[in-house]
Amino acid sequence: MKKDVSEKNQVEEIVQMSGVSRRHFLALGSGLALAGLIGTVSSCKKDDDPIVTPDGTIDLGSGDIGILNYAYALEQLEAAFYTKVVESFASGFSATEKALLTDIRDHEVAHREFFKAALGAKAIPGLTPNFSSIDFGNRTQVLATAKTFEDLGVAAYNGAGQLIQDEAYLLLAGKIVSVEARHAAYIRDLIAPGSFANAEVIDANGLEMSKLPPAVLAAASSFLTSKISGNNLPTS
Amino acid sequence: MNFGNILNQIAEQDPEVFERTSDRRNIIKNWGKRAALTALPFAVGSLFNKAYGKSTATVIEILNFALTLEYLERDFYKKAIDTNQMAQFIPTASALGAIQTIYQHEAAHVSFLIAAIQGAGGTPISQPTFDFSGANGANNGPFATAFSNYNLFLAVAQTFEDTGVRAYKGQAAGLKADNGVLTAALNIHSVEARHASHIRWMRSNLVADPLAAGVAKPWITGNNSNIASSDVQASYNGENVTVQATVPITGFVSTNAATEAFDEPLTMAEVLAIVDGFIV
Repeated sequence: MKKDVSEKNQVEEIVQMSGVSRRHFLALGSGLALAGLIGTVSSCKKDDDPIVTPDGTIDLGSGDIGILNYAYALEQLEAAFYTKVVESFASGFSATEKALLTDIRDHEVAHREFFKAALGAKAIPGLTPNFSSIDFGNRTQVLATAKTFEDLGVAAYNGAGQLIQDEAYLLLAGKIVSVEARHAAYIRDLIAPGSFANAEVIDANGLEMSKLPPAVLAAASSFLTSKISGNNLPTS
Repeated sequence: MNFGNILNQIAEQDPEVFERTSDRRNIIKNWGKRAALTALPFAVGSLFNKAYGKSTATVIEILNFALTLEYLERDFYKKAIDTNQMAQFIPTASALGAIQTIYQHEAAHVSFLIAAIQGAGGTPISQPTFDFSGANGANNGPFATAFSNYNLFLAVAQTFEDTGVRAYKGQAAGLKADNGVLTAALNIHSVEARHASHIRWMRSNLVADPLAAGVAKPWITGNNSNIASSDVQASYNGENVTVQATVPITGFVSTNAATEAFDEPLTMAEVLAIVDGFIV
């Protein structure tokens, strides 16, 4: 009981300090527990907030919150894509392939929902994807798009690592990126066996070719109706 | 004594490590007493952790640690390719092609890390002698037939790759101060994950029903190795986490998917204990 009271007091204190409405803050769900993840004081700073500008562009925000929203945006895109893939599989997928693509869908949903919960009130809104260029009934197109998303995701997380300040977030990004790389390799092997790590994505030093946010957002934008801006993301 | 040798070698390249831990003689003394514990990786691991906690490891120490693992992987695939030339055990051209691709990446990682260590003013750790049977040089360990038994070869390869992924992940925070080195390490980390995925896929293609229970998927389910040997289990312990930064992932997806969606790190000491048996 005592602990509950003191936790409640801490929440009140943080809320008062930050000027965030109590209702908004508690909408995080488990209150303090999640506030611990995004850092109590820094999470309540106004200047890293993502915002929607008058023309409808979603600004990802700045600092670590901006990077987490950047990851959240990419995970939203991937989860939405695989949800459509699995809803109605193109012909030609084997039972094994269907099962593993369903696994991938679940992993991306887990990533998306994780970021949403962790960011709480700091999260950007749900994005509207634009998959009009993809024929979901065509196995080849589905796999080609999956490859684009997975390779892009790996390159994005690798490139964002150096932009993250908090060690805990860096580790979380690391926990996710290797799973994206596992996906990327599998999808590539479905398209062309043995292409799991070819010269399209790996350089002569055996290193993945990572990408910084501007290049990633440019590539992602063709699959989004929502406009997103990374103008306030950290650059070093 | 091989585990002690790794400790000594890394320390020789960075004498300050023992000064930071405040009592070099004590560590060496304890090490002498506990040398017999090499058969108990976790006990040795915890000793190592005390002497050489990750919070104090320098960039050069971390790169030398990574280099040790890359030497191991490179030489493992090299031996497979060389052995296969004399006595074929890799069944198809496509399988051999994949092993050659992975070998080339590991060889490139070795060269890259040596250059990176030298560039940072450090001395690259010398190449260890390996016993891929996992018997510390006795060559009669549990993986003794890895270069004639294709299934066993792939199982060991999977374990090395999955361990490598966890090892790099565990060092990311320690490289944070150097953006260039951190990015390079991340760019190796994801390549190891691609390798792991492909090796797992190769293994699943050897069975009639890849969806049967116990068959490896490209990702790690729970803390299952999907290898019929308890000798590799340490590489998978702790992979069955379902709560990430206080968020219960099982609130969104199944328990299996929750564990698969996030790969977990290993500490330097845990990794060195795992590879201990392979180093003479």
